[in-house]
Amino acid sequence: MGTDNLQGAASGRPGGTAATMPADRFSMRTRRLLWVWGFLAIPILFYAIIRFYPTFQAFYLSMTNWDLVRPAKFVGFANYIKLFKDPQFWKVFRNTFTYLIIGTPLSLVIAFTVAFFLDRVRFMHNFIRALYFLPYLTTAAAMAWVWRWFYQPPPIGVINDVLAIVGIPQQPFIRSTDQALFSVMVTAIWAGLGFQVIIFMAGLRAIPTTFYEAARIDGLGEWAILRKITLPLLKPTTVFLVVFSSIAFLRIFDQVYNMTTNDPGGPLGSTKPLVLMIYQTAFGSYAMGYAAAQTVVLFTILLIVSLLQLWILREKK
Amino acid sequence: MRKSVLLAGLVAGFSTFAFNAAQAVEIEYWQYVFDTRVKAMDQLITDFQTKNPDITVKQVTFPYADYQTRVIAANMSGNGPDVMQLFYGWLDKFAAGGILQPLPADAFPHEKIEKEFFPIVSAMKRDGNYYGLPTAVRSLALFYNKKLFTEAGLDPSKPPQTLDEFVAAAEKIAKHDAAGNVTVAGSTLDMTGQDHQWWREVLVRQFGGEPYTDNDTKVTYNSEAGAQALKFYTSLQTEKKIGAAGFMDEGQAAFRAGKAGMTIDGTFRLGAFSTIKDFEWGVTELPANKDGLRSNYASYFANGIGAKTTGEELEASKKFLTYLTSPEAMAIWLKVVGELPALRSAALTDANLKDPIYGPFLKGLEYAHTTMFKDELGQRQNAIDMTNRVLLEGQSPEDSVKQAAEAEQEMIDAAKP
Amino acid sequence: MTDTPALSHANIRPGRIITWTLLFIGGLIMISPLLFMFSTSLKTADQVYDLRLIPAAPTLANYISVLADGRFMRWFLNSMFVAVTVTISNCFFDSLVGYTLAKFEFRGRYFIFIAILSTLMIPTEMLVIPWYLMSSQLGWLDSYWGIMFPGMMTAFGTFLMKQFFETVPNDFIEAARVDGLNEFQIWWKVAMPLVTPALSALAIFTFLGNWTAFFWPLIVTTSKELYTLPVGLSSFAVEQSIQWEMIMTGAAIATLPTLIVFLVLQRYIVRGVMLAGLKG
Repeated sequence: MGTDNLQGAASGRPGGTAATMPADRFSMRTRRLLWVWGFLAIPILFYAIIRFYPTFQAFYLSMTNWDLVRPAKFVGFANYIKLFKDPQFWKVFRNTFTYLIIGTPLSLVIAFTVAFFLDRVRFMHNFIRALYFLPYLTTAAAMAWVWRWFYQPPPIGVINDVLAIVGIPQQPFIRSTDQALFSVMVTAIWAGLGFQVIIFMAGLRAIPTTFYEAARIDGLGEWAILRKITLPLLKPTTVFLVVFSSIAFLRIFDQVYNMTTNDPGGPLGSTKPLVLMIYQTAFGSYAMGYAAAQTVVLFTILLIVSLLQLWILREKK
Repeated sequence: MRKSVLLAGLVAGFSTFAFNAAQAVEIEYWQYVFDTRVKAMDQLITDFQTKNPDITVKQVTFPYADYQTRVIAANMSGNGPDVMQLFYGWLDKFAAGGILQPLPADAFPHEKIEKEFFPIVSAMKRDGNYYGLPTAVRSLALFYNKKLFTEAGLDPSKPPQTLDEFVAAAEKIAKHDAAGNVTVAGSTLDMTGQDHQWWREVLVRQFGGEPYTDNDTKVTYNSEAGAQALKFYTSLQTEKKIGAAGFMDEGQAAFRAGKAGMTIDGTFRLGAFSTIKDFEWGVTELPANKDGLRSNYASYFANGIGAKTTGEELEASKKFLTYLTSPEAMAIWLKVVGELPALRSAALTDANLKDPIYGPFLKGLEYAHTTMFKDELGQRQNAIDMTNRVLLEGQSPEDSVKQAAEAEQEMIDAAKP
Repeated sequence: MTDTPALSHANIRPGRIITWTLLFIGGLIMISPLLFMFSTSLKTADQVYDLRLIPAAPTLANYISVLADGRFMRWFLNSMFVAVTVTISNCFFDSLVGYTLAKFEFRGRYFIFIAILSTLMIPTEMLVIPWYLMSSQLGWLDSYWGIMFPGMMTAFGTFLMKQFFETVPNDFIEAARVDGLNEFQIWWKVAMPLVTPALSALAIFTFLGNWTAFFWPLIVTTSKELYTLPVGLSSFAVEQSIQWEMIMTGAAIATLPTLIVFLVLQRYIVRGVMLAGLKG
């Protein structure tokens, strides 16, 4: 333990307490070191026991056939082989990526458009902002039931009733293999939009007005300003939101679980995301080892997608 | 002086209490939480304890969703129940996990079981041993809305008795809007409810097939009969338009709301439907086919004895289980829970058979079958997917049945220990 | 917050009116699920399928019958207890760790920071099975502690607080040391008051996250008495055999508290979300 490394916040600067009292120096440092590790003791224990140990355990369990009944037996990569051979997994995999690949850009484009224009609106600004932001504060599990009711076939579904009034043919929504996933996706976009709008607005405000003034003096048009100034300067915000909402889409569960309780994962599994498959495998069939393998796959996907996005978005800077 | 007397008295009192406590055997009984079931069991335990003052029964309950996990986890830690309730379909898992012991033949002789209970108890038999016995059983019947019957010009005292009559009645009741959407269903069509049982154990047989053979380990509905049964079922929506899957979200919700003329459901729905105030409803047996063949699906929760129970707890558990499967326990269960007695003698009484509600369910028990599920959720999902492939993706019933049979066979094979 | 950049076309009247109207319509669509939810919760069973937003004969009967059986009240209190406890724990520990990492130099500081940050990469779903195993072995299943333990500290909060503590001038801390305060007092009495905006942002996020949490509480709770509001509502909806007016009432009860809090504290919450979003 090198005590030289121990320095209080200001002790690097001349005139610090430690320097004025050389006799006390050693004990001061030790005492401060004690404080540091005292502060960190419980958190270190927490992260070790509640985060790191379970992480390794998940990897281990994914290589066992643990099913709650019998003691876990090591089976190597059998669970992974089974998973990659399972057509249901590939369906779920495709669903999960559809949520991600369509949901993320779609919600960000809408959020940016709203934020861009809302930023200029002064009349009842807070009120309109609240309209967009409120859904973010709702409970997904509760609102899934409201949406489930909205999507009902005639005669009770709200959206279908509205369509009938307007004279548009009625739609099956969550009762169809083509529309179910998008119906669920809409609810997820709806719930997350408010957050993205607020963050985009914060990002827009962080751009100094001098940039715009300079651009206008140069005679740039509205569109050029957006393309050459606003969007590039908004990059950090965009990167954050892309990563953040991608992760949310990859982990979608609450909406799907609640909107399809009687046929979990929608008709023919058309809305089933990976997390629902994990839930069913682990807590419906009690195939814990197999489910652990699925969680490891989810982890890998999340890791790759996040790193990829950070890399791509950084590259273009 | 007085104090020491008091103390002595206390000590004496305490030791008497301790002595008594040591003498009474305490056994634990586990079941899942369902209001009426817990109440009925409380009543049964009180009755049993008055008859057997040397035995105390402690009832422990868990929510349904968690029940299996609890039993399994408790078995691992060795604090399992002495007597427990289990769904017949869990037997393989529970037996494989070493959770149950075979019922001692001295207290539960086989020939007596086979003579006195309904034949469906055979689902609790493995390798020549019974692992549990039910207090009560549940079967399916056709519920019908008398108000909608009258409005459609049908006689509410003469519900359909055959499949043809069923279809005809449903066609009369069904109403559609201009775009062809169902606004009132003739009958609910909901595979996610009980229809998958109806298809599997009733329709397949009525079209001349057999859903499974070899103790339900071989799927045999991939046949002409299976395809016909599925064609019949899906045509109810596609051709006859008597209803639609997903109508009002769930079949029972549609019936409850008075928007469906008929629905197939089990005894367990009686409680929910008893709160209906807007219309009168009746119950009748599931429709027969042209040749008069009827079938039904019955299921039950059995009571078994924990594998780790020995000694005087085992003796007490045997007594308690004997009581739980006695006619008087069944009478209490029928009254409180509304489930049918598992003993023929207790079930098929004149009063029960004449009962307009219990009668049809009881008649169904005589010819009922049970499916020995290996993976109940998976097999249910498989049947749901089978119909959805026809209804939503336009697959032919033949292909869909074939695909379903293959998938289900795989599931059953995978569950083999 | 009105320093909107004055853009050239912002002065064109018709354009502004159209923009405003479109935004307003979009906003109405956004809150329509909430409006229908509240409206239906005030209707009787036979009016449910009547699309009118303002009920013909509004009634609180659904609320009375939903609240009367006591379960919702219990779930509400459970959620409140869990969310508040976890929020307090996060505000305390995340700040403490963030402060320690920001304001002390010691061997292992960088390692600990990276280690904590790396847990952000691990999705909860991956830990759920080991947590479940751990909980069943330690008897944590179906207990408040079981619901709460995974979220008692978060890397996100720690990172956020560290960022903000770094902006606290060292002179303040040094001055406090000269005054003879011990390190804990310095953190608590000197540094913490300087980061209250960040602290309230962290509190808002943690509370909201735990109030709406569904996946883990669904797994770890098994008895109805311990359900949190989202889990309770979900089981209630299934059990109610799809009576929409009852389900909408339940959903409204689950949603109302956060909406009311927002309407009261709109400015702080929006600012908090911006803060956490930009720095986190």
